[in-house]
Amino acid sequence: MNTVIWYIIPALIMFCCGVYGFITRKNMIAMLISLELMLNAVDINFVVFNRYLFPEQMEGMFFTLFAIAIAAAETALAIAIIINVYRSVKNVDVSGLTKMKF
Amino acid sequence: MESVGSIIVYWIIVLSIVIFSVMTVTTRRILRSATYLLFVLFATAALYFKLDYEFLGAVQIAVYAGGIVVLFVFSILLTSHPGEQTPNLESRKRVLGFIAGLVTLIVAGYALVSRCGMMCASLPAMENPSMHKIGEALMGTGHGQYLLAFEAISVLLLACIIGGVVVARKR
Amino acid sequence: MDFVLPLLILAIPLGMFLFLGLLGMKMSPKLAGVLGTLGLGTVLVLAYITAFTYYFSGDPAFINAEGVRQQLIVFNVDWLAFTQNLVIRLGFLLDPISAMMLIVITTVSFMVHLYSLGYMHGEKGFQRYYAFLSLFSFSMLGLVVATNIFQMYIFWELVGASSYLLIGFYYTKPSAVSASKKAFIVTRFADLGFLIGILILSFYTDTFNFIDMTSNPGGVLASTGGATFMGASVLTWALVLIFIGGMGKSAMMPLHIWLPDAMEGPTPVSALIHAATMVVAGVYLVARMFPVYLVEPHALEFVLIVGAITALYAAAVACTQVDIKRVLAFSTISQIAFMMVALGVARPDIHEALGYMASMFHLFTHAMFKALLFMCAGALIHAVHSNDFTAMGGLRKYMPITHITFLVGCLAISGIPPFSGFFSKDEILVAVYEYSTFWGIWMTLVAGVTAFYMFRIYYRIFWWNEPHYHHRPHDCDWTMSFPLIFLAAVSIVAGFIPFGKFVTWQGHEYIIHMNWGIAGISVAVACIGIFFAWHVYRKESDLPDKMADSVHWLWEAAYHRFYWDELYLFVTHKIIFNGICRPIAWFDRHVVDGTMNGMAYVTQKASYAIRGLQSGKVQMYVWIYLIGVMLLGAITAICWM
Repeated sequence: MNTVIWYIIPALIMFCCGVYGFITRKNMIAMLISLELMLNAVDINFVVFNRYLFPEQMEGMFFTLFAIAIAAAETALAIAIIINVYRSVKNVDVSGLTKMKF
Repeated sequence: MESVGSIIVYWIIVLSIVIFSVMTVTTRRILRSATYLLFVLFATAALYFKLDYEFLGAVQIAVYAGGIVVLFVFSILLTSHPGEQTPNLESRKRVLGFIAGLVTLIVAGYALVSRCGMMCASLPAMENPSMHKIGEALMGTGHGQYLLAFEAISVLLLACIIGGVVVARKR
Repeated sequence: MDFVLPLLILAIPLGMFLFLGLLGMKMSPKLAGVLGTLGLGTVLVLAYITAFTYYFSGDPAFINAEGVRQQLIVFNVDWLAFTQNLVIRLGFLLDPISAMMLIVITTVSFMVHLYSLGYMHGEKGFQRYYAFLSLFSFSMLGLVVATNIFQMYIFWELVGASSYLLIGFYYTKPSAVSASKKAFIVTRFADLGFLIGILILSFYTDTFNFIDMTSNPGGVLASTGGATFMGASVLTWALVLIFIGGMGKSAMMPLHIWLPDAMEGPTPVSALIHAATMVVAGVYLVARMFPVYLVEPHALEFVLIVGAITALYAAAVACTQVDIKRVLAFSTISQIAFMMVALGVARPDIHEALGYMASMFHLFTHAMFKALLFMCAGALIHAVHSNDFTAMGGLRKYMPITHITFLVGCLAISGIPPFSGFFSKDEILVAVYEYSTFWGIWMTLVAGVTAFYMFRIYYRIFWWNEPHYHHRPHDCDWTMSFPLIFLAAVSIVAGFIPFGKFVTWQGHEYIIHMNWGIAGISVAVACIGIFFAWHVYRKESDLPDKMADSVHWLWEAAYHRFYWDELYLFVTHKIIFNGICRPIAWFDRHVVDGTMNGMAYVTQKASYAIRGLQSGKVQMYVWIYLIGVMLLGAITAICWM
């Protein structure tokens, strides 16, 4: 119970849930939530590998730290866009947003 | 051999991660989805604590749970009507999504299994990275120090704030 | 010698060009004209001071103990230093011929500036005209004082450019525009030869400097190492190519075709550029390089033959033209050919290269009397509003000043003593007879034809019977009359200048002696020509038509300038345009453009075909991305196994 694999497998499941959600959901906010799941799974990976394989260094930890900061920035911007879209089409359904094609 | 307590904690964390992840993507109410995400994030923070990264766990709670999820909740409340349920997914799409998830699982799982030796490394001893060390690493410019990335992130955040204001502004 | 004066000689016209060119439109035309004239007046004074100091001061810098005039470099600055050996310098070379040219250019240019105040009065673009005149004066002065052949080339192109600008001065007139283009293209074509010649010469001699080349012409010959190309030595090729540049500028056959058309420009411009100064640049070039030409007499033979043929050709054509400016243009070609012939026959063993001195002397006198003739033509055109002498006749009563001055010019060019042309032409004929009797008789014949065609237009304009004039023609105001009188006076007395004291090819003094035998023959031939012109043209009759009919085909051919222009048109249009340019244009339009258009077409069509992929459905993109990732992952996995 104390090896890398025991931590990687839940992260993997979390990632697959993210993929499933991102593909099936139509609501843009729900898609964004799935995205956060995937990102979080990757963060766990960094931390676990850092902890188990290179405990004397801190690269994985800082990578996660910066990833969290970037995730925050990305979410804030995405939500601003979603709200703007909602304002113009009164909907956050991604399948209705085909005006950006061609 | 580790203590029974730590095994129990481990299983609580792992089960909540798996269960709430699945529920996040399967629930039909969007607000619940955000709530389950919050639980997943908490469980992840607990995982970090268990792996002795206290600072990271604290950041995870503060930024993710405290910041991002709140943003999600606000935007959900702004864009959908309370109690609204998304219609049932058409089965074809669900199957496709399931297949995609499964394929991802297989490919990534294969990658893991093929590196089995590394996967079985046991937990080495590590002293907790102190706040002092983390601060120095963030503010230094030497090897293994991250001032440049830190500054880049700060500029990115500033740009993001301005961009968010500009995009969401009422015209 | 102090360098300030020479520097100012170049700087004032340049500054005046910039000043008038940039600010001319802000001031009244009159002010611009007066400023330009005053500027050139200053240059005139400075140039006279410089030249007279050089000729008369007896300073050891100018003239050494044996009485030989020295070449003096007043200043010489590095302008472009490409490598240690390849340095292009701009400088100021003072020697007998450049000092003489300073006088010629500034005198004629000043007279033209003054004359234009009246002649160009009220023209649109008056300020621009003066700006261009200043540019031309600057370029021409820079050309004659060049210390090295590359500086000469630079200013050579500059005079070409200002000539182009001034021929096309009436740029709304299509004929003027095409004339300026013609002049530019033909001279540029010749300048290609000049450039190649310069490159060959400097490649072998490692220098551009005139003094380095001319002080040691044997070294120049030796430096080519006896290299030959197509049977002639490389040095001959270089000199002939350089002379081709001179042929273009000086309108020698077969590159003469631009000069008659250049008469589309304002008449004072024709007087300045296309009679007195720029067109003699070719003669000046050969004179400048003369010591080098001497070591390679084949090149001089070429100069002689081209000059002699051109002289007769141009004189024959001049007999048949009715446009007085064209008659003068062909006369100019013929007279420049005289100078070329003189250079072509100059050899050190014939009276210490008498031809060289005679050529420069004729250049000097010709500049004066030809500028005079052109300005008279301008005055006539101003009075009658036509270039053709068919619209003139009997004008001696109305325009006495123009009449007398024109007569002086005609007598001078015909070589009647004691007018200046007699002396210079006599020296040329002496030199030619000493070289070969055949060419001597040839040139004497040309001199006779010269007298005929000049007096033909003289009698036709001032005698004949007067047609009906709409306004009474009259002499012009003082700005136009003064240059006429001044130049006429110079044309009368210039022959008595002891030219041999000042300009000889090695700086030794040379006393001109009259060869009365040759002088008598040439005067007699000229008088026959004048008498013939008097007989045919003194009053209205059908004699001219009878004369034309008696040599009908010759007259027709000469009237059409022996079909040179038609030949050029045939070669350019029928052969070059149709045979070469059309296929190239077709290739460009269909193959080159077609390739480009085809690429654009394919891109466009392909884009339309695949734009359906850009569906706007985000989840579709995710699917595609995911499949891509899976494929990559699969490939990686397979490669690892």
